Amino acid sequence: MTATKQSGSAAPSDEIRFILDGEVISLRGIDPNTTVLNYLRETLRRTGTKEGCAEGDCGACTVVVGELDGDRVRFRAINSCIQFVPTLDGKQLFTVESLRAPDGSLHPVQEAMVECHGSQCGFCTPGFVMSLFAMYKSEPEPDRARINDILAGNLCRCTGYRPILDAAERMYRLASNGNGGGADRPYAASDAAQPSAAERAMTERLRAIQRTGRLALTGPDLSGGQRTYYAPTTVADLADLVETHPDAHILAGGTDIGLWVTKSHMDLDAIIYLGNVEELKVLEVDDSHIEIGAAVTITDAHELIGEHFPDMGEMYRRFASPPIRNAATIGGNVANGSPIGDSMPGLIALGASLVLRRGAKTRELPLDEFYLAYQKTALEAGEFLERVRLPLAPADRHFRTYKITKRFDQDISAVCGAYSFRLEENRLRDVRICYGGMAAIPQRASQCETALEGKPWNDSTLAAGMEALDRDYAPIEDMRASVEYRRLVTRNLLRKLFLETSGWPGETRVLEHPNRQGQGART
Amino acid sequence: MTKTTINGRVGTPQPHESAHLHVSGEAQYIDDLPEPIGTLHAAIGMSERAHARIRSIDLDPVRSAPGVVDVIAAGDVPGANDIGGPVKDDPIFADGLVQYVGQSVFAVAAISVEHARRAARLAVIEYQDLEPILDIDTALEKQSFVLPTMTMVRGDAKKAIQRSPHRLRDRFRFGGQEQFYLEGHIAFALPKEDGDMLVHSSSQHPSEVQHVVAHALGKTAKDVVVECRRMGGGFGGKETQPALFASIAALLASRTGRAVKVRPDRDTDMVMTGKRHGYRVDYDVGFDEDGQIKGIEFVFASRCGMSADLSGPVNDRTMFHADNAYYFENVAITSHRCKTNTVSNTAFRGFGGPQGMMAIEWVMDEIARFLKADPLDIRTRNFYGIGDRDITPYRMKVEDNRLMDIVPELEKTSDYRNRRREIDEFNASSELLKKGIALTPVKFGISFTATHYNQAGALILIYSDGTLQLNHGGTEMGQGLFTKVAQVVAEELQIDIGRIRCTPSDTARVPNASATAASSGSDLNGMAAQAAARTLKERLAKFAAAEYGVAPEQVEFRDDHVHVGDEKVPFAELTNRAWLGRVSLSATGFYKTPKIHYDRSTLTGRPFYYFAYGAAVSEVVIDVLTGEYKVARVDILHDVGESLNPAIDMGQIEGGFIQGMGWLTTEELWWNAKGELQTHAPSTYKIPVASDMPEVFNVQLLRSGRNNEPTIHRSKAVGEPPLMLAISVFHAIKDAVASVGRQRLSPRLSGPATPEEVLMAIEDLNRRLAAENGRTSQGVA
Repeated sequence: MTATKQSGSAAPSDEIRFILDGEVISLRGIDPNTTVLNYLRETLRRTGTKEGCAEGDCGACTVVVGELDGDRVRFRAINSCIQFVPTLDGKQLFTVESLRAPDGSLHPVQEAMVECHGSQCGFCTPGFVMSLFAMYKSEPEPDRARINDILAGNLCRCTGYRPILDAAERMYRLASNGNGGGADRPYAASDAAQPSAAERAMTERLRAIQRTGRLALTGPDLSGGQRTYYAPTTVADLADLVETHPDAHILAGGTDIGLWVTKSHMDLDAIIYLGNVEELKVLEVDDSHIEIGAAVTITDAHELIGEHFPDMGEMYRRFASPPIRNAATIGGNVANGSPIGDSMPGLIALGASLVLRRGAKTRELPLDEFYLAYQKTALEAGEFLERVRLPLAPADRHFRTYKITKRFDQDISAVCGAYSFRLEENRLRDVRICYGGMAAIPQRASQCETALEGKPWNDSTLAAGMEALDRDYAPIEDMRASVEYRRLVTRNLLRKLFLETSGWPGETRVLEHPNRQGQGART
Repeated sequence: MTKTTINGRVGTPQPHESAHLHVSGEAQYIDDLPEPIGTLHAAIGMSERAHARIRSIDLDPVRSAPGVVDVIAAGDVPGANDIGGPVKDDPIFADGLVQYVGQSVFAVAAISVEHARRAARLAVIEYQDLEPILDIDTALEKQSFVLPTMTMVRGDAKKAIQRSPHRLRDRFRFGGQEQFYLEGHIAFALPKEDGDMLVHSSSQHPSEVQHVVAHALGKTAKDVVVECRRMGGGFGGKETQPALFASIAALLASRTGRAVKVRPDRDTDMVMTGKRHGYRVDYDVGFDEDGQIKGIEFVFASRCGMSADLSGPVNDRTMFHADNAYYFENVAITSHRCKTNTVSNTAFRGFGGPQGMMAIEWVMDEIARFLKADPLDIRTRNFYGIGDRDITPYRMKVEDNRLMDIVPELEKTSDYRNRRREIDEFNASSELLKKGIALTPVKFGISFTATHYNQAGALILIYSDGTLQLNHGGTEMGQGLFTKVAQVVAEELQIDIGRIRCTPSDTARVPNASATAASSGSDLNGMAAQAAARTLKERLAKFAAAEYGVAPEQVEFRDDHVHVGDEKVPFAELTNRAWLGRVSLSATGFYKTPKIHYDRSTLTGRPFYYFAYGAAVSEVVIDVLTGEYKVARVDILHDVGESLNPAIDMGQIEGGFIQGMGWLTTEELWWNAKGELQTHAPSTYKIPVASDMPEVFNVQLLRSGRNNEPTIHRSKAVGEPPLMLAISVFHAIKDAVASVGRQRLSPRLSGPATPEEVLMAIEDLNRRLAAENGRTSQGVA
C-alpha cells in the first residue's frame, strides 16, 4: 500500500482519495477488505476511534463522513468497524481527533460532555462525541426523542445516558463560545439557506476529488494473493462489471457484508461497489410509485416513505441506529434477503416490486416472488437489483407494520408483521399480510389472507385469521424468541391491527410515533 | 487575585480526571499503546464442546498458516497451568478435558490480529463427548457442585412457618448478566531482561494477575510487573478474568522474546468469560395478617459454571443479602453452588447481592398480593427497626438504618400513593396498555467478606517543583476512583488538584493490592492516600517550622500555599526548599478497615463495616398484546454519606440503576441445547440504550447522609448498591401484569422480563384466571 498526500487533480482509476483533517489522502494498493477502523488504528495510529464489537452495534467506532450533496455537504455518522476503506473515496473523514480547535481547545460537543460528566470509563465516549458531532452539524434543535434516536447506536455501560443527553442539549448553548465550534457551525444543508464560507471551501475540496470514471483498486490479501474493488459510476458500467464478474460481491452500505469480514473472516476477493453510481441514488415519487434506487440509504428514504406510510417510516427509524441507516440501503436489505430483514414484510404487504437488471436488459418481479428459499433469491448470475418500486396506496388502504424486539432501538426483529387491506362496506379487500422472522424467507400469510379476504372486519373474522396464522407458519426457536412467543405475538398483532383499524378508542401502543395519530385509511 | 480556596476539594463535582482525554480520544487504553517492532498478536483456540475428552489435537495446520510465529497448548506451560484462586480448577489451557464451549485449548501468536484469528480456526480437535450439565436443575439432580452447600440459620424457621397464620411456598428464577464493559479483555506482555515480564492488563486486580502470570511462567512475583492506567469498564468482569489473557500473552512473549498482545474480539470475550450468576430460588414463608414475616426459608441454587472462581463469596453475598432491608427472627438460608458445563461465572457489580435481594423482594411482593395489600406497606412492616428488630441472620447489628428516613421521604416526593390510585384508574379503563408501580429499598453491606482484602496501600511522590504523583492499589475503570482519591489528597494538603498526576495502577509501586471491587475503592484507597499525604504534610510542616523559625502549629496548609506564621509561601517554594533541605518527599500510606470480623464456618460475625441504603420507585406501562413495555418514570433517593464528589456519585447511581434495569429487562443470556451461548455480541445481547432511560428520572442524594463510621470524609461506597434499585422496575412490570387479572392473582414472571417473558406471564395469568372462573362458575352452578 502506498499513501500520498496531494492536492486535487483528476482521479486515477486505481487510487482512492479522501480528505482527512484538510489534507487529501491518496491510497493505492490497499487491501480492499480493510475496514476504516483498522486503517485508522493500525495504519494511521489514530487510536481515538475504538473497536467495541466489530459489527456496528455498539458505536465505539463511530466516525463522521462529509459527502457532497449538490452544493452542500452532508455530515453523517457511520460505523467505521464495518466500512471498507475504499468506500471513503471522494469523501471527507472526521474522527474524534479532528475536533479540537487548532489552539487545542475542545469542540463544544467535547466541552459539553466534560461539563455534564458524560464520560466515565471513556471507551464509548469518542463514538458518542462523533454521533453528537454529526447531529451538531446537521440539526439545529433536536428534542429528546430525536437525540435518543441519534444515539440509538451508541452503547454506554457506565452513565445510564442522562449526562450524555444533557450534553447533547448543552453543546448547542456552547456553540458561540468561540472555541473552534462556533465558526464552523452551519455547514449542514438543513441548517442554513446559504452555505457558509467554510462549507463552500469544503465543497470545493470535495469536488476536486470526485471521479467520473470507474475505480478499480487492487490490493494484497493476507496470503500473497490479490483482491479487487470496483466502483463504477454509471449503471451501464455496473452492469458490465456484474456480468463479467458474476462471483463478485455487490456492496452497497456494507452493514451486513462488513460482518462477513470482521466476524466470519471471509475473503471478499472481488467487490463491486454501488455507492458511486448516481443513477442508483434516485428517489422519486410519481403518480403511482415511489422509485427507490438500489443505492438509496435508509436515512434518505425513510422520511419519504414515512410520509406515505407512517408505520413504515417508524419501522425504518427502528430498523437500526443512524450510523447503520446512513450506510445501509433498502436495496441491500431486500437483495440480501434475510428472513429477519425488516424492509420486506412492509414492502411485500404493499405490493412492491423489484427491477432487476442484467446487461442492458431489465425485468420487473414482484418482491414476494423474489425469495425462493433460505438466503436464496431469484437473482440470476450477472444480474443485480437496480431499484425497488413501491406502489402508492389507494386512499382507502389501511396499512400497519409492527416490529417486535427485546429492545425498541437497534435490535433485530423476533417477529415483524405488516398488513395492508381496504374496507368496502366493512368487508376486507386486497388483503396482503407478510411476516418476517416466522419462516426461512419473508413470507406472506396466505391462509390468513384467504380467511380475511372478503369477510366483514369483525371478531369472528379476526378469530379465523388468527387461527389461520398458526397454519401459515412453523417458526423456530432461537435467541430472539421461542416458538410459542412467535406464534402468540403473531396472532396478537393481528388483533392489534383489528383494534387499530376498527375504531378502538383506547391507546394501543407503548411506543407511539408522532405521525401515527389518525393513521387510518387516508381520505 | 488572592486565592481563597483550592480547586478539587472533597465534596465538589470535580470532573473525571480523564474527562478531557476521553472526549478527545486521547485517553490511552491498552490497545492504544504504541507497539514495539515485531509485536505479535495472539488468538485463542476454544473448545467447541460443552463437556468432552480431547482425543487428539492437531495444531500443525495452525502452525503452518500464514503469519504464524508460535502456537502453545497445555503441555507448553512451564509453570502452573491454572488461573484459579484457592480452588485449582481453572486451567489456562484445557488439558485433556474440556468443560464448556469456549474454553481455552491453545493459543496462536502471529504477525497480525487477522492472521492469528484465522489461524486459530484451523486446529483439528477430536472430541469424545461426555454428558454435559447445562442448567441448574440438572446440576441439582446430579448433585454437581463447584463448592459445598452452605446454610445460614437463625431461630427455628420451620416451626415458625408452621405456626404462622399464612404460608406461601414457590419457586422462581432469574438469569445472569454479561458485564459488557465496552473495552473487551486485553493483555499486552513485554519481555524484559533476565526473564522478567511487564504486562499491561485491563484488570481490576493487577496484583492477582501478577501472581498468576508469575506462576504460569514458573517465576516469582518480583519478576513480573503488571500495569493498568484505566479500563474501559470492568463491573466485576475484570476481577479474576484478566488473568487468562495476561498469562497467555506472557507465555507467548516469554517464548518468542517479542511483545505479545491478546485481544479477544467481542464474541470471543462474551463466550469465554464469566458473567453474573443466574439463580433458581425456592422459598417457604410464614407471616401474619399484617404481612409481617414470622419465619422464612430460602434455598438458592446458582449456575456457577465449570469452576469455582469467585462463586464462593458471590453466593455467600447472596445469603448476606437475602434479608435486604428486613428483619427475620427465624430464618434458614441454604445456598447450592451448582457446577454446570458453561462458562465459569464470576463477579458482577453487586456480587450475588442483587440475587439475594431479588429473592426477598419477590417474597414481599407475593405476601402483599396474597393479602391484597400495597406491597410498600408489607415492606415497611418488615423493615429492620432502630433499637430493636435490628439483628441480621448473620448476627450483625444494623446500627445505621437510614431506610426510615429514605422510604417515607421518597414515598412523598414521588407521590407514590396518588400515582398508585391513578394507575388503578388507568388500568380499569385501559385494556391494551396497563401500568404498574413499585417501590423497593436497598440495604447493601460494604466490605469484602474476605476480611484480609480490606486493606490498601498508597504512594505519594512530591517533586521539588511542587507537583505530585499519586499512586494507590486501586484501579480506574470509569468509576472515578482516581478523581476521588486525588480530591482527598488535594484536600489533605490544601493544594490545587491540578498539581496531582494520577499514575497507573502498578504492582511495582504498591504491592499486594486488593481487587478494586466490593464498592470499596475509595473507602480503602482514599484512606491510604490520606495517610500518605498526612505523613508528607507532617514532614513539610516540621521542615517549614524549622526553616522559618516558627512553632509547628503555626504552619498551616491553605489556599494552595503554606502559611508559615505571617508568611504565605507558595507550595512549590516550600517543596523546593524541602528538597534542598534533604527532606524525604515520598511516603506510603496504609489502611485496614476496622471492626470487621467474620467466621466463614458459622457464617456469623460483622462482615460489613457499614451499610449503604437507597430506594427507588419505578413506573412502567406494558402492552398486553405483545409484552412490550416502557419505563415511564423513576424516582430514586440514595445514601452516599457525605459525598466525596456528587457528580461522580450521581453517575454511579444512574449508571448502576440502568445497568440493573438491563439485567432484569432486556439482557437475556441464551444457550442452545449444545451449551453454546448464542447471545455473544451486542447484535443479540441487548443492554439498555439512551431511549430506554426513563422518560422522567429523578435522582437525589440523601441530604442527611453522613456515615456513622469514620470513613474517608464520612462518605459511603456507591459502586454497587444503586444497581439493586432497579429491582423496582421488575416489580413494577410484575404489578402491571397483575393488573391484567385486576390484581386477583400473582403473575409468574421470571427475570429477565423480556417482552416475551411478560407476554407469557400474561398468558399464564389468563389461563389461571379462566381456570379459576371455571371453578367458580361450577361452584355457583
